[in-house]
Amino acid sequence: MSDTPKTLLVLGATSDIGRATAHWFARAGWNVMLAGRSLDALGREADDIATRFGVSVTAHALDILTTGSFADFLDGLYCLPDVVVSAVGLLGDQGRAESELAHAVEVVRTNFEGPALVFDMVAARMIARGSGTLVGISSVAGDRGRASNYSYGAAKAGFTAFLSGLRNRTAGKGVHVVTLKPGFVRTRMTEGMRLPGLLTAEPAEVAKAIFKAVEAKRDIVYVRSVWWFVMTIICAIPEGLFKNLKL
Amino acid sequence: MTRFSGWNRYPVVDQPLHAARDRRDVLSFSTAGTGRVARGNGRSYGDAAIGVSETLSTLKLDRMKSFDAASGLLTAEAGVLLADIIATFLPRGFFPRVVPGTRFITLGGAIASDVHGKNHHHDGAFGNHVQDLLIVTPCGELVRASRSENAELFRATIGGQGLTGTIIEATLRLMPVETGWIRQRTIAASDLGEAMRTLEENDGATYSVAWIDCLARGAHLGRSLVFLGEHAKVEELEGGAPDKRFPKVAPPLLGVPFDFPSLALNKLSVRLFNEFYYRWGARRVGGPFQVDIDPYFFPLDGISNWNRIYGHRGFVQHQCVIPTERAASVLAEMLERITHWGSASFLAVLKKFGAASDGLLSFPQPGYTLALDFPMRPGLLEFLEELDKCVMEAGGRLYLAKDARQSQATFEAGYAQTVGVFRSLRQALDPVSHVKSRLAERLGL
Ligand SMILES: Cc1cc2nc3c(=O)[nH]c(=O)nc-3n(C[C@H](O)[C@H](O)[C@H](O)COP(=O)(O)OP(=O)(O)OC[C@H]3O[C@@H](n4cnc5c(N)ncnc54)[C@H](O)[C@@H]3O)c2cc1C
Ligand SMILES: NC(=O)c1ccc[n+]([C@@H]2O[C@H](COP(=O)([O-])OP(=O)(O)OC[C@H]3O[C@@H](n4cnc5c(N)ncnc54)[C@H](OP(=O)(O)O)[C@@H]3O)[C@@H](O)[C@H]2O)c1
Repeated sequence: MSDTPKTLLVLGATSDIGRATAHWFARAGWNVMLAGRSLDALGREADDIATRFGVSVTAHALDILTTGSFADFLDGLYCLPDVVVSAVGLLGDQGRAESELAHAVEVVRTNFEGPALVFDMVAARMIARGSGTLVGISSVAGDRGRASNYSYGAAKAGFTAFLSGLRNRTAGKGVHVVTLKPGFVRTRMTEGMRLPGLLTAEPAEVAKAIFKAVEAKRDIVYVRSVWWFVMTIICAIPEGLFKNLKL
Repeated sequence: MTRFSGWNRYPVVDQPLHAARDRRDVLSFSTAGTGRVARGNGRSYGDAAIGVSETLSTLKLDRMKSFDAASGLLTAEAGVLLADIIATFLPRGFFPRVVPGTRFITLGGAIASDVHGKNHHHDGAFGNHVQDLLIVTPCGELVRASRSENAELFRATIGGQGLTGTIIEATLRLMPVETGWIRQRTIAASDLGEAMRTLEENDGATYSVAWIDCLARGAHLGRSLVFLGEHAKVEELEGGAPDKRFPKVAPPLLGVPFDFPSLALNKLSVRLFNEFYYRWGARRVGGPFQVDIDPYFFPLDGISNWNRIYGHRGFVQHQCVIPTERAASVLAEMLERITHWGSASFLAVLKKFGAASDGLLSFPQPGYTLALDFPMRPGLLEFLEELDKCVMEAGGRLYLAKDARQSQATFEAGYAQTVGVFRSLRQALDPVSHVKSRLAERLGL
C-alpha cells in the first residue's frame, strides 16, 4: 500500500453489507466516510470502526431520495474519495408496490434513480481528477424479472445497465466501474427468509469480493461464482416457458 | 418460534427468540411483556439465558465505542465477543484481565456471570475490571451504574444472570501485555492432595489450573496435570523476531458437524480421550515452554461445536466451590462417588479461588472449585443431588452459569448471605417480572 492512506466512501453505510465493506477496507488501513440517512446510526458505526482499526472515520447525512442535495453532499466531503461503494437499496414489498403507487416509486428511486444520479456526479469529479473506482451493488434480481420482486428487479436492472454505460463512458479516463451482484446475502434485508446455504453469502464475503474487485479492476462480479451459472441458466429459459414458472 | 438451549443442550425450548439491532429495540422490548431475559452467545450451561416466555438476543449489539490506550479503558456494546476484543486488541498489546475457558462469550454474558479465569487467585473475577455499565432496567429505564453511581444495581448486575435488566454497554479495563505468548509450565501431580498442594505452592503464578484425570482411581484418585502460565516478556520470546510478538488468533480448526450417537460417549471413548489428553499434556511436563494464547486459555475452542460430542440428549455441568478448610476431604469424597457411580466425567477441572468479589450472586469465594461434565443419562440427576449434598454440607455453592438442575434449597444454602438482598432489590426493580429466566423461575429468584 502507498504511504498516504486511501479513502473509501460507503453510501448506505448502515446496511449490513455496507458496514462489512467499511470494516474490510479499514482493516487494510483505509480511511472511511460513511453516508446514510441517520446520523445517529452512522455515529455508532463510525465509533466502532475508529475503535477497532484506528483509522479516520467521518459520518455524512445523505437521503438517496433527495436528489437535490447530492451536490452539497459531495462538496461537504473533506476530499474526493478513491473508491465509492453504493450499498443503498430497498427490497420493498412487491404486493404493495403493485397497488400503492408511492411504494413502487420509492423502490425504483431508491434502487435506481438515487444511486445512478450520485454516481454520475461522482464520476464527473473522478474523471476530472483522472482516477477513482465506483462500485455499484446491483442484484441478480435485475438479470431477469420475476413475479415475486419485479419492481426491485427492474430497478436493479436499470442500475446494472446504468453501470455498464458508466463504465463505457469512463474507460480510458482512469476511472473504473464495478457491477457487483451478490446473490443471496444474510442481512437485515433477507431476515426471516429461508435462504439456500450454498447460494447465500455472509456480508463479510461480499466485502472481501468488493475489495478484491477494486484491486483487480474487475467489471462484473458475482460474489459466489455459482450464481453466474444459475443466472445463465435462468436467462436461457425461453420466455414462453418462463412466464408460467414459479421462481 | 426458535428451538434453542444452553451450550449443554439441556433443557431445550421452543420459544420466540428476538434479536435487538440497537438500544431502541432493547428499550421497546423490555416492557412489552413479562418473563423475558437477555441472551448473549448461549455459552452458559443450562437455563440462565432462556426466558420463561421469550428471549432477547444481544449478539447484534456488537459495536465498540472507544478505547484509550493510556488507561486501557474500552467501552463497547454488550454483544461484542471476547474473541473480537482479543483479535482487535492483542495485536496492539492489550488483553482482557480475566478470560474464561472459551473466547466465544459476549461482554454482557461475562458480566452477568461474573466469569472467572485461571488467575482468579490474583485478579478476581471479570466484574472487578468493569468500570461502569449502561443498563435497560426491567421497567424500561436507561440507567448508568458503577461503584459510585447506582452502586446497588451495579453489585446486583455483576453476576446477576441478566435478572436486573439488559446490559447494553460496558466500560472495562484491558491490561497491557508485552507479547501475545504465554510461558507455560506443566507439573504432574499423582493424586488430589498433590494437585491441591501444587496449586497452593504456586500461588505466585499468574495463571494456574489443574486438569484431573477422572478415570484414575484408588491411590491415584485425582491424578492431575497442573498448568501454570505467565505472559511472556519480549526478552523471553523464543526465536524472538519482533514481528512474532503477537501471534495470529486462529479460527476454530475442526468442527463436529453432526451429533455423535448418544451412546458413543461411553467409558471407552472417555478413557481414550483421557489417555490422549494426558499423554499429550504429560509430554511437556517440566521446564517452561512457549504457547500462544489459544491453546493455553481456550483449548476447547479449537473444536467448534464440541458440545455435540455428547449427542442430542446433551450433558450437564456440575461446578462447585468448596471452602479451603474442607476442600481436600470433600472433593476426594466427590471424586470417589463419581468413580463408584460408574459414569465418567469427560472433563474435570480444579482451580483455587482467591477473594470473593462484591457481585451479589457472583460465584467465586475462597476455596477450591471443581467443574465436571456428565453426559445426560437416566439416573444422572439423582446422582448429582448426592454431589450437591456434599457441597452443601461443606458450606459450598454451585455456579449458576453451569446449572440446569440444582434445587432451590441447594441454591439458597449456597448463596444464603446475599440472596435476600438480591430478591428484595429485584422486587423493587421489577415487581411484575418483566424479566424472568427459566433459571430464576426454578430457583425462586
Ligand atoms: C467451553 C467453555 C468454557 C467455559 N469456561 C468458563 C470459565 O473458565 N469460567 C467461567 O466463569 N465460565 C466459563 N464458562 C461459562 C461462560 O463463560 C458463561 O456462561 C458466560 O456467561 C457465557 O456468556 P454468553 O455470552 O454465552 O452468555 P449466555 O450464556 O447467553 O448468558 C449467560 C447469562 O448472562 C445473561 N446475559 C447475557 N447477555 C446479557 C446482557 N447483555 N445483559 C444482561 N444479562 C445478559 C443471560 O441472561 C444469562 O443469565 C465456560 C463455557 C464454555 C462453553
Ligand atoms: N441481502 C441480499 O440478499 C442482497 C442481494 C442482492 C443485492 N443486495 C443489495 O445490497 C445492498 C445492501 O443491502 P443489505 O442486504 O445490506 O440490506 P440493508 O441492510 O437493508 O441495506 C439497505 C441500505 O439502504 C439504505 N437506504 C434505504 N433507503 C435509503 C434512503 N432513502 N437514503 C439513504 N439510504 C437508504 C438503508 O439505510 P437505513 O439503515 O437508514 O435504513 C441501508 O443502509 C442493497 O443495494 C441491496 O439491494 C442485497
